[in-house]
Amino acid sequence: MEAGVAITREDVLHVARLARLEIPADQVEEVQGQLSAILEAVGKVSELDLSDVEPTSHPLDVVNAWAEDEPRPSLSREEALANAPDPSEGAFRVPAVGS
Amino acid sequence: MTGWEPVVGLEIHIQLKTQTKMFCRCENVWGEGPNTRTCPVCLAHPGTLPVPNGRAIEWAVKLGLALGCEVAERSVFHRKNYFYPDLPKGYQISQYDEPLCTAGRFAVPGSGGDHEIGIVRAHLEEDAAKTVHVGGKAGRISGAAHSLVDFNRGGTPLVEIVTEPDLHSPEEARRFLQLLRQTVVELGISDAEMEKGSLRCDANVSVRREGEEGLRTKTELKNMNSFKFVGDGIAAEVARQIEVYESGGEVGQETLHFDPASGRISSLRSKEEAHDYRYFPEPDLVPVEPPAALVERMRAEIGELPAARIRRLEGELDFDLSYGLVASGRDELYERVPGERRAVANVVMNQLAATGAHPGRVNAEELGKLIEARDRIPRATFDEALTAAGEPGFTAERYLAEEAVTDASELDPVIERVLAANGSQVAAYRSGKEGLLGFFVGQVMRETQGKANPKVVNERLRERLGA
Ligand SMILES: [Zn+2]
Repeated sequence: MEAGVAITREDVLHVARLARLEIPADQVEEVQGQLSAILEAVGKVSELDLSDVEPTSHPLDVVNAWAEDEPRPSLSREEALANAPDPSEGAFRVPAVGS
Repeated sequence: MTGWEPVVGLEIHIQLKTQTKMFCRCENVWGEGPNTRTCPVCLAHPGTLPVPNGRAIEWAVKLGLALGCEVAERSVFHRKNYFYPDLPKGYQISQYDEPLCTAGRFAVPGSGGDHEIGIVRAHLEEDAAKTVHVGGKAGRISGAAHSLVDFNRGGTPLVEIVTEPDLHSPEEARRFLQLLRQTVVELGISDAEMEKGSLRCDANVSVRREGEEGLRTKTELKNMNSFKFVGDGIAAEVARQIEVYESGGEVGQETLHFDPASGRISSLRSKEEAHDYRYFPEPDLVPVEPPAALVERMRAEIGELPAARIRRLEGELDFDLSYGLVASGRDELYERVPGERRAVANVVMNQLAATGAHPGRVNAEELGKLIEARDRIPRATFDEALTAAGEPGFTAERYLAEEAVTDASELDPVIERVLAANGSQVAAYRSGKEGLLGFFVGQVMRETQGKANPKVVNERLRERLGA
């Protein structure tokens, strides 16, 4: 995003909805200002000439970190479900999806 | 339908049969009790970190090469963010603008030559958990009271393949998918069974006037879990779109569900803001830069591809038989069995397949002897031999000893007996009911315990009854 592009009220509500966050109506403006300030700060970077710099997706200069395809023990079902508030039939029971 | 051209692209998901999941070392299994293959990583407990499965990376490279793709020098995992109970982290680790494999071509042979289908990309990602909807109105997701989530499948490795919209008929789409499946099975990287969900296919469908440039609005067809449904679903959607245009309407962009039972297409409620996934690079994983040695090792493991084999077999068989043999994985046996090519192809493709004998376990030399003698041994014996052909230690000898009785001097007394015992049928035949011939043949075959040569019996009976 370019420097100086302000976040609109709609942007805030949209992002909040995507993140399943509820922002009280009287705080939307405050969040709007905060997000705009963050973007503005990040936008400072684009004032530099970065044409020689490779995009960085990771801070470490490491590639190809992977493991052998060898099974390790899993949790027991009881352990897996220990934090489930409403387990049923060996599964995590959740409110109906798709409705 | 005339004057319109279907334009179809496919999105295919293939479940890799690695020992372990994509980003943790839980076993990758199917059909075990729910939530018996999970760990803090695939349950998304806070503070855990993903570690990629090296074999999954190798196999995705191998598949990409088989699809004629370029293997990226550098590839990055991204987070695809959305909320759903089958996705405990709130994002799926997938690939976005730097996939592992890009720009491929996969040939689909047809009776009129090859058609090259463009492959946009093939990338790695993790599967979601399995959700079962219970309660509410039976079979209707929207009426379910709650859902049960099993994380055994959560985090298992998938390759997603996206084609260009280069397929121009339902039949071609079906054939592409069948040959892709056969390729994947031969690479040894997946069971690729649509019924089990280890091969899944969505289709992007649009139509346009013949000769028209550009693409019209496409719809996305989901949930086609057999090759037949892929063909039928696309055909139904193509017909629907043509009807919409011809009655002056416009096709809207939507996600559709094909119901194979009724053949009807219905609209799926779209996931809210489904296309705002806010992809960003997965900070917990470093880039993949497939070493040249790895790529070459994978390339060396790829055999002759199905399309090339179909073209080769077409030198001695027609297209349908060549295609059928290769698409069903039976061409390997066909090539091992000596004898007249068309006869061998037909037996391998049809009669042997019907017995359920595993082609890889059949003794080709012995099967060749049997096929060579098939007109001389009784039909029942031949069938029996085919059924046994896949068993260890099978030899043709015993069956060849039962050459069918073709000697008229042996058959004539039996024929006389049958005619004498069925006087009224003989009279009926002679007064014009020639369909009764089959009845007499059947009686003679029964009397001889199936050992008579039916062709000779037919001839002798006609002669006797005609007198
Ligand atoms: Zn796990």
